[in-house]
Amino acid sequence: MIIKCPYCGPRDVIEFTYQGDATRQRPDPASSDQAAWSAYVYDRANPMGSHREFWLHSGGCRQHLIITRDMATHVISSVGFARDAVASVKGGEHP
Amino acid sequence: MTASRLPKGGRVDRAKTVRFTFDGKAYSGHPGDVLASALLANGITLFGRSFKYHRPRGVFAAGSDEPNALVTVLSGSVREPNVRATELEIYDGLVTASQNRFPSLEHDFMAVNQLAGPIFSAGFYYKTFMGPAIGPLRSTKVWMFFEKFIRRAAGLGKAGVTADPDHYERMNAFCDVLVVGTGPAGLLAAEAAAETGAQVIIAEERPIAGGSLLASVELIDGRNAAVWAREKAAALAALPNVRFLTRTSVWGYYDGNVLTAIEHVSDFKPNRTKGQARQRYWIIRTGKTILATGAFERPIVFPGNDCPGVMLADAVRRYAVEYGVATGNNVTLFTNNDSAYEAARALSQAGVNIVAIVDVRADVSGACIEIASSAGAELVLGHAVTGTHAGKTLSSITVQHFNAQTGHVSGTPREIKTDCLGVSGGWSPAIHLASQAGGKPEWDEDLQAFLPPEPNQNWVTAGSAAGYMDTVSVFSDGATKGSSSKAKPKLPSVDAPMFDASPAAVFQIEPAAKSQKAFVDFQHDVTADDIRLAYREGFHSVEHLKRYTTLGMATDQGKTSNIPGLAIMADARGITIPEAGTTRFRPPFTPVSFGAIAGERYGDLRPHRLTPMHDWHLANSAKTYEAGLWHRPMIYGSHGETVEQAYVREARAVRQSVGIVDVSTLGKIDIQGPDAGIFLDRVYTNMFSTLPVGKARYGLMLREDGIVYDDGTTWRLSETQFLMTTTTANAGNVMQHLEFYLDCIWPDLRVHLTSVTDVWAGTAVSGPKARAVLEACVTGTSVDNTTLPFMGIVYGSIGDVPVMICRLSFSGELAYEVYCGAGFGTQVWEALLEAGKPYDIMPYGLEALGTLRIEKGHVTGAEIDGRTTAHDLHLDWMLSKKKPYIGSAMKDRDGLADENRLSLVGLISLDNQSINGGSHIVSDATPREPADSFGHVTAACYSPALGKYIALALVKHGTSMIGNRAYATDLLRGKHGAVEIVSHHMFDPEGSRMHG
Ligand SMILES: [Zn+2]
Repeated sequence: MIIKCPYCGPRDVIEFTYQGDATRQRPDPASSDQAAWSAYVYDRANPMGSHREFWLHSGGCRQHLIITRDMATHVISSVGFARDAVASVKGGEHP
Repeated sequence: MTASRLPKGGRVDRAKTVRFTFDGKAYSGHPGDVLASALLANGITLFGRSFKYHRPRGVFAAGSDEPNALVTVLSGSVREPNVRATELEIYDGLVTASQNRFPSLEHDFMAVNQLAGPIFSAGFYYKTFMGPAIGPLRSTKVWMFFEKFIRRAAGLGKAGVTADPDHYERMNAFCDVLVVGTGPAGLLAAEAAAETGAQVIIAEERPIAGGSLLASVELIDGRNAAVWAREKAAALAALPNVRFLTRTSVWGYYDGNVLTAIEHVSDFKPNRTKGQARQRYWIIRTGKTILATGAFERPIVFPGNDCPGVMLADAVRRYAVEYGVATGNNVTLFTNNDSAYEAARALSQAGVNIVAIVDVRADVSGACIEIASSAGAELVLGHAVTGTHAGKTLSSITVQHFNAQTGHVSGTPREIKTDCLGVSGGWSPAIHLASQAGGKPEWDEDLQAFLPPEPNQNWVTAGSAAGYMDTVSVFSDGATKGSSSKAKPKLPSVDAPMFDASPAAVFQIEPAAKSQKAFVDFQHDVTADDIRLAYREGFHSVEHLKRYTTLGMATDQGKTSNIPGLAIMADARGITIPEAGTTRFRPPFTPVSFGAIAGERYGDLRPHRLTPMHDWHLANSAKTYEAGLWHRPMIYGSHGETVEQAYVREARAVRQSVGIVDVSTLGKIDIQGPDAGIFLDRVYTNMFSTLPVGKARYGLMLREDGIVYDDGTTWRLSETQFLMTTTTANAGNVMQHLEFYLDCIWPDLRVHLTSVTDVWAGTAVSGPKARAVLEACVTGTSVDNTTLPFMGIVYGSIGDVPVMICRLSFSGELAYEVYCGAGFGTQVWEALLEAGKPYDIMPYGLEALGTLRIEKGHVTGAEIDGRTTAHDLHLDWMLSKKKPYIGSAMKDRDGLADENRLSLVGLISLDNQSINGGSHIVSDATPREPADSFGHVTAACYSPALGKYIALALVKHGTSMIGNRAYATDLLRGKHGAVEIVSHHMFDPEGSRMHG
């Protein structure tokens, strides 16, 4: 599998470290809602089809990427820096 | 079967002789021969014994689809089993042996298995030897007893047991277009692709290019087809943007258009040049792949079809045309399609005598009739072969009237004398690679074959792999698929009769009367009856059928057996072949040696991490051990001491005077930015934004789930800069953990991280005389209690080396960590030793370091084991209530507050015996199995400060157990002793020494 790192270019998957589901939403840090935290830490969908996930370019630029990948075919439809995607979701604000 | 070399023909170099051996006998052949053609030319027709019944088997195919003619290649003490004789190029000195026979190929004891035929049917081994589910013969013991006999009886070649002395290479390659196969489609596709200026790699599994053209009697642009192919290939290979690989089998298609191939670099040569690889493993990353992999002829299944002399029709043709070998004096062909007539035309031109052509179809075209007549072959239409007569090889066949529509056999059997029967059951596109990178193959009624699936990567199939079966349309398809333009390509002219590519839908001949075994999978000895039995026993799905009968699971991956097997199952179930389904092909397309995949990567592949002072340690009798990738001193052994004597001496010196230890391995992360303090507040359980510049603080990290993750001290070097230290083992993980939160959770924080573990050399100076040692060698700063209080940081020099000194203590003594640039580590280390001479300064290793921390009850990775909470380790005082942090919410889960959890305590041996790490804590005074464990020992040592054997342990209701007697039991190592449970702060609980 080849991942097109937006910084380094196309690189073999051996350079990357899988960092988990990128669709989960971390609860408000001050929240003590155990159900919400439990869902964040443990609950994962296992979709057959498109999925968003974090990958770290550990053997390259060490940036975290968000990759949209088809779980059935492994075809990657988009790659971007996690920082950009997360910042745009949160509007740059930390709760 | 009487095989021999024809007087002329073939591409072997008859002027030269190559000598080799097979089963100890010497034979000769010519350059250009493969083992199969050379042995056939020598009249050898028995190549091996079958897997289960040990039936005699001859060569069946002429390429990578060969199921029978597998041999072991021997060279010195090295043996390579299961090599296909149909692909093995002969060379002077080649030594080969047949397989799966005992004691010899001609006389095989295990052939009695075939007398017991019916009991060796599908699932036989499981049913018979797995044993009953209940009773005295229950379970797998029966199987275990029989297994070694079965394994000896059934099996292919044996692997060697000595190390492989050969050299293998790996190669990464990149291209715009990869063309797999160099038949008529591959050559024109590659040419069209190369003309666009693309970087092209062409891979051909055989030694020469041409594919089907090599055995063709067609004229291409008025010339011999093989000559035309050779010239076209040479022109392509000469182009600067083309890399032409021969003897290279592409065997795997992986995600991202990554394909793997094995190139046979020198294993076909009598001598290798020095350093030359035997095989080369290619990893090819391509923009687009053109799969011009051709098609495989498939057999028709009929009774007695496995005796030597029964072959694929195309194989008979290829031995004649390519190698100048007649596989029989009187050849018969048996077919359901027109391609056998092309074979007949080629055989006739090569001088092979054809007795008859048996065709299941009642009517054939005029072109077919014409070929049969000019070849002098009797045309037996509307008939099928229903039996064979053979001793060791074929002597005659039985044919009967056959209705191709109903599959009904009738009429009186008639015998035809023949010593070689070439069978054609139609052609299946070689969709193996396409299937690895695509969806479900699609059934084509016309071809009675599966066509390539929808691709899920950037590939196309071309030529017969795409279902085009005549050379004209194969050329056209190849040129079109290789080109990016819509213009009609100019194609070579082909002079050949036109045939119909569509076969009759006949896959098996099943006479009503009891008949001979009809084999589907030759390599695994799976018969048509086995498939029907599997159906009757409920194994209907193709995947179940495969596993129950082992159909298609041998080294040939069912290249010849797949479709016939599927057809028989579909017939049994009364459904169509596509309804019965097909199995997905997986890598490898052809067997791959482990050596080639490993390449140069064998032995110890881990990097070794050495501290800047490593050489000093070795020169001063350190015994080191590996801590992760690091090599660290365990003790500085000398004077014939035991390990315990050495660490006790070292630890005692620290408590009594002063010692130094190399702590360069600690993980170090430089954290900079305006938000660095806020970041650390979120990462650590305690507060760091309030830490004054020039001070350090002990910090604790939790995981998101509330479990303790790591600990260490972090130093504030300026308003916007911190130096974090982590445990040695967790350094990389913590870095990744921090990067994740900065990138993915808090991208708004203005913080930058840099790993500086290898930038700094670190030395800890510990003991009552530590300050005196520093005072003797540090310049540029005072180190007194006011300038350098507990957890303070100062900058100075030792000699002319700038140092950063932080006063902190792991040992519980007055102690300092002295950091300098890594290149000056040994210089500073030696200066500290020199300054400590008046105090008998003692270097100490990890054992003494561990002893000192156990005495103090400080935790390390043994206690931070991924299961313990801050509360379990009595670190609640570090949990801030003023702010949220990673793990702050989930640390309060019910399960983590359970009062039955294990918590940290100390243990003191009551019988003055050492305590084993890992011992269980029990209440029984005498060993008992199973023991009711209520805790375990995490670390143990002899404490010179206490004069006792002590340990740290995680124990249920730990704190309330203090003062109780228990027993540490280690049943594995036979150790059981009484201990007292005490506070984990076993030495200097007030901490007065380190504050002194
Ligand atoms: Zn990168």
